[in-house]
Amino acid sequence: MNWLTDFIRPRIRSLVPQKEVPDNLWTKCPSCEGMLFHRDLDEALNVCYHCGHHMRITVKKRLGMLFDNGTYETLELPKVPFDPLKFKDRKKYADRLRDAQAKTNLKEAITLAKGTICGQKTVIAAFNFSFMGGSMGAGVGEAIVRAAEEAVASGSALVVIPSSGGARMQEGMLSLVQMPRSIIAVEMVKEARLPYIVLLTDPTTGGVSASFAMVGDIHLAEPGAMIGFAGRRVIEETVREVLPENFQTAEYLLEHGIVDQVVPRAELPETIGRILGLLMDKSACCSDTGKTKKTRKTGTAQA
Amino acid sequence: MSQLDFEKPILELEGKIAELRHVSGGSEVNIADEISRMQAKAARLLEQAYGKLTPAQKVQIARHQERPHFKDYIEKLIDDFTPLAGDRAFAEDYALPGGLGRFKGYPCVIIGHEKGHDTESRIKHNFGMARPEGYRKAQRLLSMASHFQLPVITLVDTAGAYPGRGAEERGQSEAIAKSIESCLRADVPIISIIVGEGGSGGAIAIAVADRVYMLEHSIYSVISPEGCASILWRSATHAEEAATALKLTAQDLKALDLIDGIIDEPVGGAHRHKDQTIANVGKTIEAALAELTPWDTNSLKQARRSKFLAYGRNFQA
Repeated sequence: MNWLTDFIRPRIRSLVPQKEVPDNLWTKCPSCEGMLFHRDLDEALNVCYHCGHHMRITVKKRLGMLFDNGTYETLELPKVPFDPLKFKDRKKYADRLRDAQAKTNLKEAITLAKGTICGQKTVIAAFNFSFMGGSMGAGVGEAIVRAAEEAVASGSALVVIPSSGGARMQEGMLSLVQMPRSIIAVEMVKEARLPYIVLLTDPTTGGVSASFAMVGDIHLAEPGAMIGFAGRRVIEETVREVLPENFQTAEYLLEHGIVDQVVPRAELPETIGRILGLLMDKSACCSDTGKTKKTRKTGTAQA
Repeated sequence: MSQLDFEKPILELEGKIAELRHVSGGSEVNIADEISRMQAKAARLLEQAYGKLTPAQKVQIARHQERPHFKDYIEKLIDDFTPLAGDRAFAEDYALPGGLGRFKGYPCVIIGHEKGHDTESRIKHNFGMARPEGYRKAQRLLSMASHFQLPVITLVDTAGAYPGRGAEERGQSEAIAKSIESCLRADVPIISIIVGEGGSGGAIAIAVADRVYMLEHSIYSVISPEGCASILWRSATHAEEAATALKLTAQDLKALDLIDGIIDEPVGGAHRHKDQTIANVGKTIEAALAELTPWDTNSLKQARRSKFLAYGRNFQA
């Protein structure tokens, strides 16, 4: 925030041998390399308080900050075939899957939850990037269908928050057909005239970006998030030109008309809540009825 | 003509036969017996080779330049073909041509990837890799088909959607997603045939259909075997293993119940028997249309959805 934290503190830190600092107390911002104290970083919702860089955030924290008072109910994930192709590369997919489950303590790369945002009933399907890169196979696709069914059954809005490298290739064609399957899910929500909001977070690429993520009523994106179809390296190899620095960032997509708004993380609950209110609550009310902000708490600080 | 490795002995034999024929013209020695013996042997070799193709070999055949292309199918199967160009916003995409025409006399809409047949046309058609404009034109044609109640035939043959700067800037992802959405919303029967390469999102964008068929030696995959190998094996040299692991052949996908049927190719593949292959495709489309045309709009759309929603649900968990 000032020259002391910006400049002097990192400088001093660089003089002190690393081992004296327990590694979980401080995080280095990957963008400005400023040092971030874990409690402050947590308070700032994993956004660098030196430069505003948005780091990834756990799903638990994400749900806690979005839902009113940080309270929500998680939905059980639907059962799907485990390793349908018996896929094996250098390692068995079954093992990779079990490892990911053990590492993250999650069943799949997606979490479903329901609650309210600024008083509006909402179902959220949020991707866990740490689970096999948030890749979409049958488990994730089926979960999106489940989320849509729940939204329709309970008259809730659907908010999907992708953070994914794309399709899970270890499930072969079964992962590719999740593109139409997830769009069918969105169709159900749209037919019920319920809002479908996509919150694009870092990264949203490949088969995930080319399906449910691009058919939202509203597309919001977090600052700096990487969003695109093909990977930057593939494009550079194909077209043999140097791409702009901010190519495929949320801001670049905003300029090119693909997202509605780029919204800093801290403003998301209020923005999503306001949009949901505008789309779902037809009764006349003025914006400062206090229905929103003040009743909110920034979730639980776990995980 | 490009050669397939595993076809080399056969091609050599065929070369020798041609040579002998040429020689026998001026010679008094009767070598007809020898020729027919060699022909029989060539046929036997071909049958052997095509009887036990590996997935990696199928990938090669599916990409064979001499396989019939969109243009060939149109010439043989569609009368009164009337190409329709452009997405009405930015450009025409020659990688994904489409238009109106008559199939067996009945008007329909046809959309498909075109890879091109020589260097010049391959460049023009961008090797069958479509840009957002192509998928937006597909959306336009799909909604026109609904409006005029014309069935839709799509022919899939692409390595994938084009990974380019402009394509990204103009919303490649959005164009593909909306193309899938347009397929789901269509009020008319859609029949898709994977005729060569079914490459990932760029393929499924026009293949969300009431009936999805694959030619016997075509492939359909979430990622190319080379791409998969370079990510999971960290080296493209493992493409053969990846081709097997991905289960991308028509036979694998039928066994997994992810396609509706396989269309036979004569022994030796579509690249040797264009006309017969195209005729087989025509028969399949005809049968599918006869079956689907009587359906009312709502049940058709509902069945299309249910079919895709059922994918994976019946597997042994």
